[in-house]
Amino acid sequence: MSWKDVLYPFSVWKNILKDPVTIRKPEEREGSSRYRGFHINDLEKCIGCGTCEEICQNAAIDLVPVEGIVAKPGDSGLRPRVDYGRCCWCALCVDICTTNSLGMSNKFRWSVEGENADKAIDREKFGSPDDYLFVIGAENKYWDNSEMGYRKPDNYDLTSPVRVNMDHLSALERQDSFIEMMKGYSKEQAQREADRCVECGICTAACPAHMGIPAYIKAVREDDMEEGLRILYETNPLPEICGRICTHKCETVCSIGNKGEPLSIRWLKRYIADNVPSEKYKEILGTDKIEQNGKKVAIVGSGPSGLSAAHYLAMMGYEVTIFEALPEAGGMMRYGIPEYRLPYDQIDKDVNYILSLGVTLKTNTMVGKEITLEQLKEQYDAVFAGTGLHMGRSTMLENADHKKVLQSIDLLRKIALGEDFYVPEKIVVIGGGNVAMDITRSLARIQRKKYGRVNITATCLEPHGGMLADEEEVVEAREEGATITPAYGPQRIDIVDDENLKGLEVAKCLAIFDKEGRFSPKFDLDDRQFYEADMIVESIGQGADLSYIPKQLNDNIEYSPRRQIVADPDFQVKNQPWLFVGGDIVKGPDVITGISNGHLAAVGIDRYLNKKED
Amino acid sequence: MLDYGLKNRELFPETKSDGTVDIDLSSGKYTKVWQGPNHPGITGNMSLELTLLGDEVMESKTHVGYLHRGFEKLMERRRFINNFPLVCRICVPEPDFNEYCYAAALEELAGVEVPENALWIRTLILEMARLQSYLMWLSGQVGAFGFGIPSQWMLYCRDRVLDMFEELSGARIYHIYMLPGGVRDNLPKGFKAKMRETLNDIVPLLRDYERVVFNNAVFKKRAKGLGYINPDWIEEYGITGPNARGAGVPKDVRKDNPYLKYPELEFLPVTETDSDVYARAHLRWRDVMMSVDLIRQILERTPDEGAFKADLPSMLHWKIPAGETYVNAECTRGEYGYYIVTDGSGYPRRVNVRGPSYTHAVTLAEKMMVNCNIADVAATLVSLHTYPPEVER
Repeated sequence: MSWKDVLYPFSVWKNILKDPVTIRKPEEREGSSRYRGFHINDLEKCIGCGTCEEICQNAAIDLVPVEGIVAKPGDSGLRPRVDYGRCCWCALCVDICTTNSLGMSNKFRWSVEGENADKAIDREKFGSPDDYLFVIGAENKYWDNSEMGYRKPDNYDLTSPVRVNMDHLSALERQDSFIEMMKGYSKEQAQREADRCVECGICTAACPAHMGIPAYIKAVREDDMEEGLRILYETNPLPEICGRICTHKCETVCSIGNKGEPLSIRWLKRYIADNVPSEKYKEILGTDKIEQNGKKVAIVGSGPSGLSAAHYLAMMGYEVTIFEALPEAGGMMRYGIPEYRLPYDQIDKDVNYILSLGVTLKTNTMVGKEITLEQLKEQYDAVFAGTGLHMGRSTMLENADHKKVLQSIDLLRKIALGEDFYVPEKIVVIGGGNVAMDITRSLARIQRKKYGRVNITATCLEPHGGMLADEEEVVEAREEGATITPAYGPQRIDIVDDENLKGLEVAKCLAIFDKEGRFSPKFDLDDRQFYEADMIVESIGQGADLSYIPKQLNDNIEYSPRRQIVADPDFQVKNQPWLFVGGDIVKGPDVITGISNGHLAAVGIDRYLNKKED
Repeated sequence: MLDYGLKNRELFPETKSDGTVDIDLSSGKYTKVWQGPNHPGITGNMSLELTLLGDEVMESKTHVGYLHRGFEKLMERRRFINNFPLVCRICVPEPDFNEYCYAAALEELAGVEVPENALWIRTLILEMARLQSYLMWLSGQVGAFGFGIPSQWMLYCRDRVLDMFEELSGARIYHIYMLPGGVRDNLPKGFKAKMRETLNDIVPLLRDYERVVFNNAVFKKRAKGLGYINPDWIEEYGITGPNARGAGVPKDVRKDNPYLKYPELEFLPVTETDSDVYARAHLRWRDVMMSVDLIRQILERTPDEGAFKADLPSMLHWKIPAGETYVNAECTRGEYGYYIVTDGSGYPRRVNVRGPSYTHAVTLAEKMMVNCNIADVAATLVSLHTYPPEVER
């Protein structure tokens, strides 16, 4: 102890003349630029996926309808509402937000008394915990437009934005064979990909068949293939097929696609089906024994809608007979899609399971020829028709009826049937959709096998990037040696004589549709090109061959402007209660829509026949 | 009127060979006093049940349970990522050590390599956390002796550090800035300059504090010789941190089991030998100055750009292979550790938090309070630097 110990404490007095360091009005102090204050949300960007709700460990967020926002594909129509009685300001919701619409402002002052001073007299109202419950971004709060505050930092994600690639054959390995190109996921790859799912269910809403996508992806994560298969078959009896060639509307809307690559939903579906041996299907799906109800249903066409209807009707105990004009079941899936995309044994796996449920398949039996629709009506309790679009559309150019001007759909059928046909050295394909790519790539393979080189050009009206075919189809076609020239439209087919062609003249396409949105292509006739060709393949769409419907009946059927049959939600034809329709002749065209139609029609048939009995 | 003064020792119960005393409450000599749970002289939500003879403590029992939230159990039902907003609440004044230990344990079990930037930023955060926690303690220790002014200075300093936390992480107390694989972001622009400015502003106040507290007749008179911790107890009671270093035992996890970037930083554990309240206070003050120095070193070397988080699978379904680990760190009060068992699922199977407060506030405090004057109980307890939320988890 010294004199210092007595005097030093008095040094605190040196502060007597200094200003105080405290802030007198807290509102004068602004939160920092990263401050995790009240939430903000860009309602336009938000898709209501609910991932914020999912990650919130306090259950502070729930999704509610908001006036002016309607559900559409890729948007649930709901928006997050936060409860500040529960929120702990951890900002995990901001970090995981799939659209980056959610953020936090740097504002931290919100008192009900201040804002609703006059209402605050009502102490009961004032004390309500609901006062601090608000729909983020929809209630005109003073912090809504705050530039400052926490946002998800760049290069930082709680989900993985990058898709797990599937191993596939290189161009060199696949260019001269019809071996399946995509090899499928390994377990490790599938689980890694399944991990990326945020389980929002936006995909389920967008899928025409409303498949339980998050549920079966969860099954992949948990390595429970049996459960996965059960979930698949609830809505889709063709998982091997859809797992390969589905148009994956689910992936288009996938919420994590908003800030990265969408989930490979299609490949994961394939992974489940690939990993369950077909002999275990009946045991897993519990279809060893199905009680029959003694009623009979005829199905015209064994495409996706017909097979789907057959499956669900057989599950309900109906005696189902499918009539197929071609030698094998599968319809357009077998005769319109090349083997390298969809191997025939995979079609067989799905089809055989459906047949194993007691479904009778009559191949080489064309309705309208071998048996009439009238006969079916008499012999069966109900008839389902899903005959698809098996007639190619023509460009209607002069000489389009030439012998060497062919339809892609006919050629694809010939390839599937194993028929030998004329494949010249120089071919031009008109069209830029997936079917055009299918025929281009198939013919390229045949050319390479036959001549050792490829000379095939596909041309379409749509510009690059706007082509109807999937981007990867175009890339892969080019890898295999095909030439794809977008934004050029056919002008003239030049012929040598009745037997031989000279080629196709095309012109630069400036616009495809007119102002009203009607098809009316405009060409720049100064920018012309001539493609020499020994064969021209038209691949600009298909139409239905409904000649099997008798005229009297046909007159009573209503058609939409797109020449599709108008049916009610049960897919029952108006005024013809015994007749149900589905697939591309009603909706679509694509496989998953057909499957969905078939399922709904099966339920409709069941409802109709039960009602009839009452 | 009996004279219960310290001099009249024959009135006191006899201490037996095992150190215990027989207290006969019916004799009327003793008084039971509850210090806490609502008492300004207690460090949060706990209480001491004191048996007094006159104004001297004969027996002390620590009562906890006022703050039990079952965190360890709750964590077993939450995704790994969802436990981050939880773990920081285990110890309110020092959330970052929880975040670090939990994140590091998960990373070890999952085999994740943390980028360089994240290691530096984590070290920075832990040192800033140490600084602000010590500042609050410096405030509390002198507050327990009735010194209002230096106490306020330290709270002001702490607030300045919290401002920097706000700048860095967006939150003042629960930062949740460390996440599996790294941190949320690099340092914000201009952070280093602001942090240096803050340090420059608080160091003069720390010097003032030294002058008016450690050169203070009242403080010396009361704190010296008070709350003695025998160096022999260190191992037996599991005493760590400043409480051990105050007794001359240089226990410091930063040196004993180096983690993050500490091996690359220059520092030596601070020790004192007197092992009383004064020595521990002075030691902590020196630790603060060391922390300031360490932060300056870290700021010098933390990169401004580059990867700050390892690539990890989606946090919604993150599964960690089965395993167990113990990760520890040196917090302001001693060794802080997380023992985690995983079973390959998306949830921890068992989490056990090892906080220094349990040993210090329960076993050690009960022993130290005996023969302590009732007026010194608060100061002695504060000098152990215990935080009840962390006792209870």
